[in-house]
Amino acid sequence: MFRTVAELIEIAEKENILISEVMIRQEMDVKEKTREEVYEEMEKNLQVMERAIDDAMQGVQSVTGLTGGDAVRIQKYMKEKTPLSGPLMMDAVSKAMGTNEVNAAMGIICATPTAGSAGCVPGTLFAVKEQLHPTREQMIRYLFTAGAFGFVVANNAFISGAAGGCQAEIGSAGAMAAAAIVEMAGGTAQQSSDAFAMTLKNMLGLVCDPVAGLVEVPCVKRNAAGSSLAIVSADLALAGVTSRIPCDEVIGAMYRIGKQMPSSLRETGEGGLADTPTGRLLKKKIYGNTN
Amino acid sequence: MKYNSVFDIIGPVMVGPSSSHTAGAARIGKAARNLFGKQPKWAKIHLYESFAKTYKGHGTDFALAGGLLGFETDHPQMSKALEIAKEKGLEIEFVEDSAAVDHPNTARLIIGDDMDQLELIGISIGGGKVEITELNGFELRLSGNHPAILIMHNDRYGAIASVTKILAKHEVNIGHMEVNRKDVGKEALMVIEVDQNVEDTILNELKEADHINQIAKIVS
Repeated sequence: MFRTVAELIEIAEKENILISEVMIRQEMDVKEKTREEVYEEMEKNLQVMERAIDDAMQGVQSVTGLTGGDAVRIQKYMKEKTPLSGPLMMDAVSKAMGTNEVNAAMGIICATPTAGSAGCVPGTLFAVKEQLHPTREQMIRYLFTAGAFGFVVANNAFISGAAGGCQAEIGSAGAMAAAAIVEMAGGTAQQSSDAFAMTLKNMLGLVCDPVAGLVEVPCVKRNAAGSSLAIVSADLALAGVTSRIPCDEVIGAMYRIGKQMPSSLRETGEGGLADTPTGRLLKKKIYGNTN
Repeated sequence: MKYNSVFDIIGPVMVGPSSSHTAGAARIGKAARNLFGKQPKWAKIHLYESFAKTYKGHGTDFALAGGLLGFETDHPQMSKALEIAKEKGLEIEFVEDSAAVDHPNTARLIIGDDMDQLELIGISIGGGKVEITELNGFELRLSGNHPAILIMHNDRYGAIASVTKILAKHEVNIGHMEVNRKDVGKEALMVIEVDQNVEDTILNELKEADHINQIAKIVS
């Protein structure tokens, strides 16, 4: 069983297999399942992601009215104008935000690695798909590659905002997506690792400060940040740009930073954006004066 | 390792909005229900730190109720679980507890009916994954990575042997085992993580073994 990204890359290189294949084989081994069973389970998750994006494109609204409708707004903008950051980028952003709009509206999503960050991996997948035209199997492999990196983060640091801030959620999710994009685009295992490291490095220190304690503001738009940064980092890695700090050390830094974060900035809804005049006002409007 | 499956990371499929505060809470509720063995009539739930501060916005309250009703994380009726619990005669009280705890997402559940009572502490460690850290005053470390059998028994010689003998007879392999007791000769708890799910017939046989009081199983 691999414990670090270095071990993951070493297995992939030594056996000359993809990162997704390392993850698939480990899952078969640990759970004593056949390849078909493992594939089928991931296919179900992929279908949930697909449905969530479809739902988002119909337009959803959360109970509080704080979030919803932005995914549709972006798609409309893309039809009318050429986005400055490019069509693929904005397509990923709209699908990532859309997934999280569905989540905020208490719809059904697949946590990747968490619900608050569930947009980054599927958002990028369904946008990159339009350019790379992967097979269904390659789309499933995308999720295994993302999962392999998330697995290392979860076991060596944390993936929840309450434990390590938003860097642990959107940081991990965006970095997982970056690594998966690289594999789908034909990059090497080491390039996946570099893309992961470069994404997480740019997310270090990000706090979890949800307004009124809800997974809405700023969570939905942080999925825009995670998904767009994932594409930028994947391009950097594919261009041959490498991370000066090795991937496992970046994960270690993320862990130590999270440990130093006060509880007010770890999903308690007490600090940061939650503690702005507007943040406090929204909370009062939602819960009344008593809370 | 805390996480041993890729589906802990890509998954679970769940009703939003939070994997730790909604899906994880539902799983803690469901673990409590499974260990109680039936639907409780009342529940007093203490919430700590992040759980206490944000439970209303995250739906932690309805998710815990859903879990106590036996709902999976993707149950379509999840957000209605508090109303459904009331209809089914389950009274739930939530307490925002300011006591210090080790993990920011901690819940203490005291559940019961006219006959029995059970107390459990669960933590939601991220991405929907949970651990049970205390049961009826016994500290334990139940990851949920493997199927497990929990056995309340009397602290007498032979109690452990009678259990392991039955498991051996049915070729059930033990992966990890812990035994805790409150005091010499008093109530004790055996936690046995096994490699495969244990059939009910084996559980029934275990129930009849010497010095055994109560048995519950957790399916991974």
